[in-house]
Amino acid sequence: MFTRLKTTTAALVLCASGALAQDSITIGMQLEPPNLDPTGGAAAAIDEVVYANVFEGLTRYQADGSVVPALAESWDVSEDGTVYTFHLRSGVKFHDGTDMTAEDVKFSLDRARAEDSTNAQKALFKGIASVDVVDDVTVKVTLSAPNGGFVTNMAWGDAVIVAPESIDTAATAPVGTGPFKLGRWVQGDRIELVENPDYWGNKPALKSATFKFISDPTAAFAAMMAGDIDAFPGYPAPETLAQFGADPRFQLLIGSTEGETILAMNNKSEKLADVRVREAIAHAINRQEIIDGAMFGYGTPIGTHFAPHNPDYVDLTAQSAYDPEMARNLLAEAGAENLTLTLKLPPPSYARRGGEIIASQLRAVGIETEISNLEWAQWLEQVFKGKDFDLSIVSHTEPMDINIYARPEYYFQYENPDFQALMTELDLAADPAKRSEILAAAQRMIADDYVNGFLFQLARTGVADARIRGLWPNSPTQANDLTGVSWAE
Amino acid sequence: MRLPGQLILGAVLSALFIAAAILSLFWTPYAVEALEISNKLKPPGGGHWLGTDHFGRDILSMLMVGARTSIAVAVVAVGIGMAVGVPLGLLAAANRGSLLDEVVMRGNDLVFAFPSLVIAILITAVFGPSALNAILAIGIFNIPVFARVTRGGALSLWTLDYVLAARVAGKGKLRISLEHILSNIVNLLIVQGTIQFSLGILAEAGLSYVGLGAQPPLPSWGRMLADSQTLISLAPHIAIFPGLAIVLTVLGLNLMGDGMRDLLDPRLRRIR
Repeated sequence: MFTRLKTTTAALVLCASGALAQDSITIGMQLEPPNLDPTGGAAAAIDEVVYANVFEGLTRYQADGSVVPALAESWDVSEDGTVYTFHLRSGVKFHDGTDMTAEDVKFSLDRARAEDSTNAQKALFKGIASVDVVDDVTVKVTLSAPNGGFVTNMAWGDAVIVAPESIDTAATAPVGTGPFKLGRWVQGDRIELVENPDYWGNKPALKSATFKFISDPTAAFAAMMAGDIDAFPGYPAPETLAQFGADPRFQLLIGSTEGETILAMNNKSEKLADVRVREAIAHAINRQEIIDGAMFGYGTPIGTHFAPHNPDYVDLTAQSAYDPEMARNLLAEAGAENLTLTLKLPPPSYARRGGEIIASQLRAVGIETEISNLEWAQWLEQVFKGKDFDLSIVSHTEPMDINIYARPEYYFQYENPDFQALMTELDLAADPAKRSEILAAAQRMIADDYVNGFLFQLARTGVADARIRGLWPNSPTQANDLTGVSWAE
Repeated sequence: MRLPGQLILGAVLSALFIAAAILSLFWTPYAVEALEISNKLKPPGGGHWLGTDHFGRDILSMLMVGARTSIAVAVVAVGIGMAVGVPLGLLAAANRGSLLDEVVMRGNDLVFAFPSLVIAILITAVFGPSALNAILAIGIFNIPVFARVTRGGALSLWTLDYVLAARVAGKGKLRISLEHILSNIVNLLIVQGTIQFSLGILAEAGLSYVGLGAQPPLPSWGRMLADSQTLISLAPHIAIFPGLAIVLTVLGLNLMGDGMRDLLDPRLRRIR
């Protein structure tokens, strides 16, 4: 008995010392990616696995949201701002051993902007007139008009460089240039990444990484507490964060996301076509109560569709401040008493809980709501595609997505030619001051039109083992960049 | 005659539950639709006997109104089952062995062959989640239960002398079924009704737990449980009380159903 006890102790000590020199990480994610090709799918989960880890673009986002060179070492811009000459790094290899050359860049960009391209963000490539290979490490991109945001566009996960040899199987066997390559994908459970020994840049501290998919918030909590998962950057149960915060084994990663959470209003719905009704709804909403009740205090109020951490943000929250009295007057003025609106909610807790709170706030000014809780597939079908709704709550997590208001066929159906003209102007503007000015005008315009109820900027609430260093606190783009992650001794 | 203990216990629990539901029509300690976020997750005590939930709503008030939702769903569902199932059972028994009997009973088998909750989920998934669809789904599953109980009870009565006498006197099958058979299987139906009632409450809680029952803001016990799931380690009371409410109510109704069967069923009485 005693010997056995001693062996057990020895084994435990061994385990503990093994844990000290840890070079692998298990990351929890709520949703599993449908495929692993970021240039062919819209799901955020794809980028959350492969961005910066498996695939790289000409440029890339950093943790603070700035854009730095990646596969392109440097670039020159012509006088008139229409020709970008990218100088590529030499000696970069894809995971399958082939060289990354200018031909691959041309292939990737041409493929993304092609007529039949399935790229989810085709607008990023819209302005490209032609892509020409100068030599093996130089690519010349000619734009049809100057575009000040072009280098940032190339940092998106949708603009990563892929190889023509391996693109056909990229959905299940992605081949990129990043520091990690795909080890194994156990569908429904996890994706394992392993170190790429031939990586061109600084080798990351981690040798392997596992992304584990846990959709249920209760299970996520249990897995975190039990130590089965080292980090859960998009942790789905904000209500339990306080518990992790009080536990020295864990650290909280609280940051901002690009997720503008809005009470989407169907601008073409008969009941909501009158701007006074939409204004009344905006004034009936108490943002702080929603943040406290649905997000347990995590979130920043917004007054327009723009991220508060962006330097061009204009704080317009006062324009739609909580004022139930004013809301009632506006409704009376518009002759919209006894209004009953449908409120269709997708599964995330910000929507389900936020929906109940908003229903109660709207009831206080005399608007009845019919809540229906939908699964994502139903939501996409009924609300996003079918536009059969009055109100909905959803977080728009793409960066710099104010241009969705220029698309009259987009699900909330805002149609304003002035705004569309503004966005065309923005595309053409290269001067930073001019861009700021246009963005500010755009933010004001949608706030003046009360297109949607602007609620709050979704916080990035993450939990991680206290010894992990280098995870992104914010998410300037959808990513779990592991290149800088390490374990403290 | 001495009342069995379980009947009394069951009746008391059921009465409490029904009384809470009726009381909630006129008065609840707090309004269930008023959220008070600043007052969320308060433990039991103080102004809130059972504490408050994650929106600062009073849990006792929500349980009272939730009882009403449960009763409404269960009563109507049992009503549907009885209204359709009993006549079907009577018809089948009156025409024993006929094609009609076969069709009715095989139809029953068909509905019985599927797990009821799965079909309930199917119905609500197709027609959209709402309290009404939950009622329909649960109600449909009560039909074969009542049809069977009715047919079984009626078949044994059809062989009795007084029914034979009525037939000789020239009464039609329909009149005999209504006047002589139905009145003598009422006790069976009451017992079965009580049990189905408790199953209905359980089914409603299950459907709202998965989000297919009554929709917010209407409180429902199942949804209260689902909402409290991630908060259970933080504020156990918000899961415990709705859970207790479901357990005690279902237990009470089952005890009452069993107790009544012992009391009303002459065959069982003789054995004891």
